[in-house]
Amino acid sequence: MSVESPADALDPSKLIACPACDALYTDRDVATGETARCARCHAVLEAPRRTAMTRIIMLALSALILMVAAIFFPFLELEAAGRIHRASLLDTVQAFSSGLTAPLTFAMAGLIVILPVIRFCALIYVLGPMAFGHAPARHAEFFFRLADHLRPWAMAEVFIVGVAVALVKVAGLAHIFIGPAFWAFVALVIVTVLKDNFMSRLTLWKTLERRRAS
Amino acid sequence: MEDAGTAPRILTAKEAGLVGCTECGRVHAPGVARCTRCGTRLSSRDTASLQRVWAWLFAGLVVYVPANLYPMLRTTLLGKTTDSTIFGGVVDLVHHGSYGVAAIVFVASIVIPVSKFIAIGYLALSVQRRVQMSAHKRHLLFEVVEFIGRWSMIDVFVVAILSSLVQLDFAASINPGIAAVSFALSVAFTMISALSFDSRLIWDADVGVNENE
Repeated sequence: MSVESPADALDPSKLIACPACDALYTDRDVATGETARCARCHAVLEAPRRTAMTRIIMLALSALILMVAAIFFPFLELEAAGRIHRASLLDTVQAFSSGLTAPLTFAMAGLIVILPVIRFCALIYVLGPMAFGHAPARHAEFFFRLADHLRPWAMAEVFIVGVAVALVKVAGLAHIFIGPAFWAFVALVIVTVLKDNFMSRLTLWKTLERRRAS
Repeated sequence: MEDAGTAPRILTAKEAGLVGCTECGRVHAPGVARCTRCGTRLSSRDTASLQRVWAWLFAGLVVYVPANLYPMLRTTLLGKTTDSTIFGGVVDLVHHGSYGVAAIVFVASIVIPVSKFIAIGYLALSVQRRVQMSAHKRHLLFEVVEFIGRWSMIDVFVVAILSSLVQLDFAASINPGIAAVSFALSVAFTMISALSFDSRLIWDADVGVNENE
């Protein structure tokens, strides 16, 4: 698949460079269901999947609905000495709201709720019109780039492991009940992972460019 | 490895006199400012990248010191207040007998941050001078560092959950300590450091070494 000699017509539009290591390949269409990897660094170049766009949109929509449930239902309940204390996701976010730790409140809200929501909305905005066969929406390129850059900062799955650790830490202190929001959040993490597995960045970019041109 | 033989034959966009987009893979003629497919700013190699990597890494290292010295959690049990640092929290968990969780916290808040500092520093140095490790292994190291960095946030989330949950006035209450802020900053800074690293530089250095030999 690699270009054998520089004497080949180096028409930039017929080439593709591995984003991770800059290896140059001729750009050919990868069959649905197959995965093209960089021969040098093994990064996934393209992995088109059947109805990938529709699936990503559906999963992003479910993730949004689950997020609403996760925010408003009780997350964890603690019972000690006959008193019950309920904590929702919003309480968790506001745990740092007093004193010198106040700035962490915004960071927490961002990492657990706001950034994931922005990502889901951006993906729906970019892929929604394309899945229904329309031309991409205005500034779709900007929003797709945004969704991609936010990926490492949306930390819902890290938060779930944090919850597990916290549960063990207070287990000796009091009775803990897991609320419906907790399960909504677990489902949200699973849906997010599934969605990211369907996404092939280069394939979606190429689709976006093709639809924009036509 | 199977690809060891084919690796030297691979032509990079830079060697072909072209510029590849790091976001979408589109190849452009030199001199194009922004990718025509996705709008990302193009550069054959991000030359300022190493400076950013070192700056953020150093910042992360600086705030990691108070994160370990100051209390992460302030627990009040029946009017008695105890402060615990990150390491103290791990020791407490071991005393309670929950070894598995102690291991998770120890790995997430001590092993991962420290090895991340070393790994990023090593990768940045490896671009500037000759090293033993092959480009394949260094690329793998880079991917591991990029993937694993965010998991260090676990301890900050644990503190947030505990402080929102355990608020029973006199009987028991848990409040966050200042170390939570500096630890969160340290994780964020090292994540930015890893994200600023232009992984294409790893392979350039390797090509240079091969040519010299």
